[in-house]
Amino acid sequence: MSATVSPLREPLVQGNKSYHDITEDLISPTEQAPGAAWLTIFGISAVLAGVMVFCIVWTVWHGIGTWDLNRTIGWGWDITNFVWWIGIGHAGTLISAILLLFRQKWRTGVNRAAEAMTIFAVMCAGLYPLIHMGRIWLAIFIFPYPNTRGSLWPNFNSPLLWDVFAISTYFTVSILFWYTGLVPDFATMRDRASGIRKRIYGFLSFGWTGSAKHWQRWEALSLVLAGLATPLVLSVHTIVSFDFATSVIPGWHTTIFPPYFVAGAVFSGFAMVQTLMLITRKLLSLENYITIGHIESMNKVILVTGTIVGVAYLTELFIAWYSGYIYEQFAFFNRAVGPYYWSYFGMMFCNVVSPQLFWSGKLRRNIWVTFFMSIFINIGMWFERFVIIATTLARDYLPSSWSYYVPTWVEIGIFVGSIGFFGVLYLLFTRVAPVVAVAEIKSILKSSGDQYLAGHTHHHDGIIDDYQEAEAQGKVYDAHHHAHSEHH
Amino acid sequence: MNKSREVIFGLYDDEEDLMDAIKVANKDHLDIYDVYTPFPVHGLDPILGLEESRLHIAGFIYGAIGTLTAFLGMTWIFTQDWPIIFGGKPYWSVPAFIPITFELTVLFSAIGMVVTFYTVCGLGPGVQNPILHDRITDDKFCIAFDTHDISSADAEKFLKATGATEISNKII
Repeated sequence: MSATVSPLREPLVQGNKSYHDITEDLISPTEQAPGAAWLTIFGISAVLAGVMVFCIVWTVWHGIGTWDLNRTIGWGWDITNFVWWIGIGHAGTLISAILLLFRQKWRTGVNRAAEAMTIFAVMCAGLYPLIHMGRIWLAIFIFPYPNTRGSLWPNFNSPLLWDVFAISTYFTVSILFWYTGLVPDFATMRDRASGIRKRIYGFLSFGWTGSAKHWQRWEALSLVLAGLATPLVLSVHTIVSFDFATSVIPGWHTTIFPPYFVAGAVFSGFAMVQTLMLITRKLLSLENYITIGHIESMNKVILVTGTIVGVAYLTELFIAWYSGYIYEQFAFFNRAVGPYYWSYFGMMFCNVVSPQLFWSGKLRRNIWVTFFMSIFINIGMWFERFVIIATTLARDYLPSSWSYYVPTWVEIGIFVGSIGFFGVLYLLFTRVAPVVAVAEIKSILKSSGDQYLAGHTHHHDGIIDDYQEAEAQGKVYDAHHHAHSEHH
Repeated sequence: MNKSREVIFGLYDDEEDLMDAIKVANKDHLDIYDVYTPFPVHGLDPILGLEESRLHIAGFIYGAIGTLTAFLGMTWIFTQDWPIIFGGKPYWSVPAFIPITFELTVLFSAIGMVVTFYTVCGLGPGVQNPILHDRITDDKFCIAFDTHDISSADAEKFLKATGATEISNKII
């Protein structure tokens, strides 16, 4: 009944931390004035967000004729960006829900920030379909509410409406999950603060006391929400893929789309988590909590999902050829060697070829390689959506309607600006809440803290001494953590 | 917590000390008012005699309400209120209703459970519950006794004997 932690397991919390150290390290960044690096990045992000607001106002004012969409290319950068952002928004729930169900302890180092990323990415994603409606003030029409037009209801058989439900549900559940995790940490912040800060966090922490019964319910709630969020996260990108798969456009009308989109979403989401984590751990000095081990674990997920995506690309090509259907064959031929061959090449190179470097353990544990790879994948996954959307639409059944699509400055401004908008939200989040889940890190300390794990002498010179000392005090993991394994 | 009560509480430095102390309290039949910890301590529930939470049952019920709302709602709208033919499909095209039915099941269940959680715990925006000690949410583990259940002297003796590093009392 007593579970022994394998000596091969890397410590997830380094630096011989005590519970109080964890509180100090994770909460003090929110208690200090921001540094120059934060202010610089925030300033740039805010300017870009301003560009986005300007371009959106321009679009709403003049209409989407300011974009370069045409017949047949009715979807361009806007829907590409929508799918890109919603894909990025998948990693947070994957980390917090699926890894919770699989009892992966390394999730505790990254789940909070990844969930925040999810919420902000979904906000960015949601913008695009809204402004694409043209008359954004009529967006309320997409919801089924009793109205004076009949009541006239939306079409429940349409994948575009399923999208509305999927994304609004996903957004709501992500926020609930995230906030419930934050409440105990807000209470920790409240109890360290004074004055107006104490009042604000007192309000935000909902009167949390840390009572044993509350913790028990809190864990039960987290587990069931994780169980709900797991099929939810799979359903969201499945439904996004239905936007394409239920049409009769060659290249879109394929049954492989749901699993292929979900794998791609996880792939791009983890890449964005890597980008953000590498910056965050540096800015906030969190190297002891977001360790090389965490980065390597995420790189493994990237390698697996990237390879799944690669297999999906090849399967599509094979099936297009094997189907004997000339329009399908043409669609894929056109993707690879048509006018947008460069985006197909970028997609293949960034998503399929480059992640194969991660077969090497040394490269998986290299911060710079990881950082550049994460940027590569973000770009590659954007290309994937562009390939699927614009390339396919540019060459439809009627050669007389064939055309080429390049975005206008308005479309580029909205996309680049949405990255700034995302940055503003994420950077504000790092100032007002702990970016690593404080209570959850404490709960894995005894099983994953370096001072409790023997056999990791290379991480900490004095670890043998520490271990012997801990053993003498009867605080070795083995002797005490039986309750944990018993519980599950 | 309608009436005020006086609690006497002790703080422990480690969850193992806390669990050992609770076991002693159980053996001595001392009535613990509540236990507070900075993070969920596994193995605490059985020794405190806490029954398993029934939140998941509530979640199932909310989810079932969501399922019925979505499915019956779409059924009524597309067969009774305003039947429209889309793409030559039947009015009551069940497979097309599945995605929205699923999403609303999850949505109802999640919102319902979260609201239930905060309600039964007596937590919510702006709620101010008494905080026994500022470091309970940091690194201290607390056992509290209600002075109606146990005399202050006995409680203090117990807390001292089981290794509490700080003992105090508070009216809450």
